[in-house]
Amino acid sequence: MTAETTSQNAAQDLAIETFALTRKFGEMTAVDHIDLHVGHGKIFGLLGPNGAGKSTTIKILTTLLDPTSGAARVAGFDVVKNPREVRRRIGYVPQMLSADGSLTGRENLMLSGKLYGMARADRKTRIAEALEFMGISEAGNRLAKTYSGGMIRRLEVAQAMLHRPAVLFLDEPTIGLDPVARRAVWERLQDLNDQFGMTVLITTHDMDEADTLCSELAIMHRGKVSATGKPSELKAALGPEATLDDVFAHYSGGTIHEGGDYRDIRRTRSTASRLG
Amino acid sequence: MTSAAPAVRPAAWDDSSSVLDFFKQSAAIAEVELKKLFRDPTELLSRAVQPTLWLVIFGQVFSRVRGIPTGNVTYLAFMTPGILAQSVLFAAIFYGIAVIWERDLGIVQKMLVSPAERSALVVGKAISAGFRGAIQAGIIYLLALVLRIGVKWNPISIAGVLCGVVLGSAIFSTFSLIIACIVKSRERFMGIGQVLTMPLFFASNAIYPLALMPRWLQVVALFNPLTYLVDALRGMMILGGQNVHGLPLDFSVMGVIFVILATIAAKLYPTLAH
Repeated sequence: MTAETTSQNAAQDLAIETFALTRKFGEMTAVDHIDLHVGHGKIFGLLGPNGAGKSTTIKILTTLLDPTSGAARVAGFDVVKNPREVRRRIGYVPQMLSADGSLTGRENLMLSGKLYGMARADRKTRIAEALEFMGISEAGNRLAKTYSGGMIRRLEVAQAMLHRPAVLFLDEPTIGLDPVARRAVWERLQDLNDQFGMTVLITTHDMDEADTLCSELAIMHRGKVSATGKPSELKAALGPEATLDDVFAHYSGGTIHEGGDYRDIRRTRSTASRLG
Repeated sequence: MTSAAPAVRPAAWDDSSSVLDFFKQSAAIAEVELKKLFRDPTELLSRAVQPTLWLVIFGQVFSRVRGIPTGNVTYLAFMTPGILAQSVLFAAIFYGIAVIWERDLGIVQKMLVSPAERSALVVGKAISAGFRGAIQAGIIYLLALVLRIGVKWNPISIAGVLCGVVLGSAIFSTFSLIIACIVKSRERFMGIGQVLTMPLFFASNAIYPLALMPRWLQVVALFNPLTYLVDALRGMMILGGQNVHGLPLDFSVMGVIFVILATIAAKLYPTLAH
């Protein structure tokens, strides 16, 4: 085996890998030497209170932000050295409502298809499929601003899956959604994972979501990963009666940590209010 | 052998994408912008108010002042291309606000995660701004008709004017995008936008010839892209209108400025997602 094929094989073992990944903003270390290993086909949850570094991590993994030090590989490519190859292989749903409200659902998808360089014929069938898959075919020709919060989220997932990415990133996918809409989004994500073998990474601070959806978790606290494992393992480690809430509290400093800066909170609230 | 292997970049993966992709992506961005524009054309209508006031009120009054040397055209005809350039400037300079809005919504982030060329995202916006500029030109031509201003109605002149207007819009909208990438908030952007527009307008040949300015202001005006836009438009649009610098120079200067600004904007655009 040559050196090159060895390293490629190694890279293909995992969907996401980070090596002492670090990001500083001035004096503040938002992400502090984290090592993540996410296998293909997993639904992986990155948990933590506001300001724990989840969003910064997701930004680095999706090539939006460069790390200060350390490295990350996504879908077999280095996020700093080969950002374009990474971008071709990932989908991303930001925390904010990123579907364009003044375009129809179909037009939103059309734009994505073009930016990902899909051929015209391919685009048409993929868009129809994606709308169908997410259960919003009927609303395809309506402006996205007339959608309910849950429909907008599903449209965004449709946009992010259109090019069949190997890894799908979702930043707080169900924040501000009512229980029924949340469940619908979870089901769609599970189906994507089952049917296409898509690896899914979500950030959340909703323990219900982590418990229902994720096969593996990493809990972040002040920029560091304080625990990793399956939800059942994490709970068992704390005792027979422990819930994921207990796990979360235990690994994020024992108390409810009042994290997050003004901007975080404002963004979260405005997302929630637009959904409501 | 698993984890610490350094990232090897296989030669087969080429990072450059074709020129065709670039144009397709730019067109996709521009198409979306135009769809949104036509869905809500109130903005276009409100943009017609200001040039109307300038031509009908300011222009009519200043036509009576015979102190401004305008060659062998009336003052109203002299200032018409200047007002067109002004409305292009005003429409394009606040373009960055929309981009900051899209950033707050996460639309910018989503586009930056796609494999599309960063420069295509910038050029797509510039093209749509150019189209808005062309609509402004239509409004000014209409006003010229009503006010019986002596404009050249032959297709070549009109096509030339449209080219100038599109290029000018592209310049100022891209400049606006750069400011947006730096300030990243709507409040700060509004302040800067207000501060910039008037100096750009007054330190140009839009409503008086350069020769009338004090020396220092002439020098400033020569560094102002608006001066070249006005000069080009004045030569192409008005019967007997005088082009001072020559069309090739006007268009070359504007072309170079646009390429420089677009390059800077493409570098800064990704920082919007930070």
